[in-house]
Amino acid sequence: MTTLLIAEHKSSTLSSATLCALTAAQAIGNDVHVLVAGNNVESVADAAASLSGVTKVMCANADVYEYALAEPMGDLIVYLSASYSHIIAPSNSESKDFMPRVAALLDVGQVSDICAVLSADQFKRPIYAGNAIATVTALAAKKVITVRASSFDKNAQQNDQKCPVETVDFVAESVLSSWQSDDITESERPDLSSASRIVSGGRGVGSGENFALVEALADKLGAAVGASRAAVDAGFVSNDLQVGQTGKIVAPDLYMAFGISGAIQHLAGMKDSKVIVAVNKDEDAPIFQVADYGLVGDLFAVLPEMTSKL
Amino acid sequence: MKILVGVKRVIDYNVKVRVKADQSNVDLTNVKMAMNPFCEIAVEEAVRLKEAGVASEVIVMSVGTAQSQEQLRNALALGADRAVLVESEGEVEPLNVAKAFAAVVEKEQPVLVVLGKQSIDSDNNQMGQMLAALTKRPQGTFASKLVVEDGKALVTREIDGGLRTVALTLPAIVTTDLRLNEPRYAKLPDIMKAKRKPLDTLSLADLGVAPKAHYRLDKVEAPSIRSAGIKVASVDELICKLKDEAKVI
Ligand SMILES: Cc1cc2nc3c(=O)[nH]c(=O)nc-3n(C[C@H](O)[C@H](O)[C@H](O)COP(=O)(O)OP(=O)(O)OC[C@H]3O[C@@H](n4cnc5c(N)ncnc54)[C@H](O)[C@@H]3O)c2cc1C
Ligand SMILES: Nc1ncnc2c1ncn2[C@@H]1O[C@H](COP(=O)(O)O)[C@@H](O)[C@H]1O
Repeated sequence: MTTLLIAEHKSSTLSSATLCALTAAQAIGNDVHVLVAGNNVESVADAAASLSGVTKVMCANADVYEYALAEPMGDLIVYLSASYSHIIAPSNSESKDFMPRVAALLDVGQVSDICAVLSADQFKRPIYAGNAIATVTALAAKKVITVRASSFDKNAQQNDQKCPVETVDFVAESVLSSWQSDDITESERPDLSSASRIVSGGRGVGSGENFALVEALADKLGAAVGASRAAVDAGFVSNDLQVGQTGKIVAPDLYMAFGISGAIQHLAGMKDSKVIVAVNKDEDAPIFQVADYGLVGDLFAVLPEMTSKL
Repeated sequence: MKILVGVKRVIDYNVKVRVKADQSNVDLTNVKMAMNPFCEIAVEEAVRLKEAGVASEVIVMSVGTAQSQEQLRNALALGADRAVLVESEGEVEPLNVAKAFAAVVEKEQPVLVVLGKQSIDSDNNQMGQMLAALTKRPQGTFASKLVVEDGKALVTREIDGGLRTVALTLPAIVTTDLRLNEPRYAKLPDIMKAKRKPLDTLSLADLGVAPKAHYRLDKVEAPSIRSAGIKVASVDELICKLKDEAKVI
């Protein structure tokens, strides 16, 4: 039995979520092959070849994979699927798009967002915004799985000797869908999904301009900036900063929430953080129930004071 | 142009579920149920396309228990024209739901299928993508903007780094993200009118779908609860705690 791990990569670098998914793949207990698909991804494939536990890397390098569109990615993975018992990917906006397609094309179900591997076919996954944890057994011969990266440690061990990298010559077609444009948020700050510290703001921050206060503290701490849905909906910050059930799931060493009430949908995305700090002027805000350190106060006073004292 | 919309009956998003004592599942007895919020957004988008003259008919469909009629009637009150209930007991896996939708797509030939991106109960995020694969239609998932013109759907998707726009050749499948629109509330006269709108009830067998079990639910547990923390009185105390006690800064 062999597992195919679909690598996630950004600007020619393997993402840390891929390393977390590798840990999950190894817990399943099979040989692990890695698929690196994209355009100009030879260097990513090369990096994947030195990961410990990986016995083969497949590199699908073609224009059509550049934006990881679901249709060509699905076809590519299905093309490669015959010799694999498990097909696994870190959960992200790309894999969420193409993995269920793969599952349907193989006529099997998908187990989404696993947070623990109990055996080769039994997994745990959060349901109901993380208010319950289900143990499920995947019954189909082929298992299509996405992995909640924040629940697994990174496997960053390197092998001295690289495993072979094979070129995949299958080039999928994409006739029915095409990429038009990207509006990517550029930021010098650490990536929200993998940051070890996050400073988040909610509706209480009040405006996009006021978010500068959140950003100033984040920069002082070398932290990523996050937000609640309310802050994103109100246009204070861009959508990619949303933390929660339907946004990003994070588990940093330090998560600081300013002006966030603590709705279950928000908690779903951050309650596995090591240390949670909440600052809210309402002492009954539910966020305090999960906070290690709560400060009842006005964020407009606390944020600048904290930034200046650090 | 017809639009088919998925409507799933789920726990109300404000309710915090409890796990049953025997760990067989969550306890849904006497729990408030509602339309999945992402489906509300899907219904709203379809109704707006009809109001804009782009669509001619909006069909809503649910796979679930007889009680799902409530959510379908609600969708009819919001402006959908007719409803299809595929009655079935217990939780139906997304692939089986997708097969039921594929059968209805085959019969009704909607130019657009609009679904939510995710059920807030099972948190699967699968069905639309599966339906797209089964019907060989292109997919635009996690849409925060949808423009239908010249035989194409331009879908702006919420992705990890920001936004991405893709063009889909119609017919296509779209799944909704939170910021696609703000759903309206049903007005009383429309709720009355909705009672007279057609609602067909079918079974999976009627659609030629033999549901397959691809996984088994073994156990449902409550998540580990964080032990209650402390309140600090000042920024100085907070910094002190973070440095000396938690050692995170
Ligand atoms: C289907 C669905 C999915 C959702 N997904 C997500 C998700 O992924 N992520 C998410 O975050 N939400 C999500 N939500 C929304 C969620 O239910 C809440 O509405 C949202 O999290 C509230 O954001 P908030 O805490 O910023 O705003 P509010 O609940 O309005 O809270 C603002 C807080 O700021 C405090 N405050 C105000 N002024 C100050 C001040 N000067 N100083 C200090 N404190 C102040 C207030 O006391 C209050 O507690 C989802 C909802 C639905 C229905
Ligand atoms: N049983 C169902 N009945 C109707 N629509 C459904 C059903 N299950 C899923 N859907 C649709 O598919 C979307 C994604 O669901 P899921 O893959 O379960 O997260 C939902 O938001 C619905 O629009």
